Amino acid sequence: MNLRRDVFQAIADPTRRAILLLVASQSMTAGVIASNFDTARPTVSKHLQILTECELLEQEQNGREIYYHINAKKMKEVADFIEPFRTMWDDRFNKLETIMKNYKSIT
Amino acid sequence: MEQKTKINAEDGKQELVITREFDLPVELLFKAYVEAEIVEQWMGTKVLKLENKKHGSYQFETTDTKGNKYGFNGTIHEFSPNLKITRTFEMENTPFGIQLEFLEFEKLKEGTSKLIMHIVYRSVENRDQILQLPFAQGINMAHNRLQDIVNKLR
Repeated sequence: MNLRRDVFQAIADPTRRAILLLVASQSMTAGVIASNFDTARPTVSKHLQILTECELLEQEQNGREIYYHINAKKMKEVADFIEPFRTMWDDRFNKLETIMKNYKSIT
Repeated sequence: MEQKTKINAEDGKQELVITREFDLPVELLFKAYVEAEIVEQWMGTKVLKLENKKHGSYQFETTDTKGNKYGFNGTIHEFSPNLKITRTFEMENTPFGIQLEFLEFEKLKEGTSKLIMHIVYRSVENRDQILQLPFAQGINMAHNRLQDIVNKLR
């Protein structure tokens, strides 16, 4: 199965959000990340795989170890995910204001 | 660009609050929600039904540039002129379910007003899904609609 992962589906999970917070402080290996959770190691690996597939995490080979670090650019996109929704309402309300200002001048 | 519309959507909550200050007296702001022809203009939708009273209901229909029709409807639970509208909102034929909307209209200083729109969704997931909607199909629709309006203004 090679689904293109949805980034928002990825951050909907509390464990994955916790992983992102953890890795945000410094790059770490899968083992170190897993040691911070009570969850079984394979489950953590699965979470890491999902976060990597949707590009929130990046892997970096360092000697024999693979380190995970945050992809800041992708994280910013997620932080801004509310923006299109806000813009949609802002456009509507700007329009409302314009229409009612004209209405005011007519009456 | 000035950001007049603010959204507060806290992580992990099934609600959000949209606030906006208008350079309009509260009576005119409220009127924009009550008069069908005005709603049609700023919401970019056709108003099939709009009963502004307790136990009243409303029905909108939006047509995209390809001619596809989208239905929206809801029931009005509270209606206090220039103060408050409480209503449900539903996008028909979608899995998004029904949301509850508390609209509060506030008079600020002379000639200005504020709208507080508090929306409660069925679940956190449901809210986050709907927030992402403009990303997918919504943003194109909104842009097309804006374009149409701008063309008409010329």
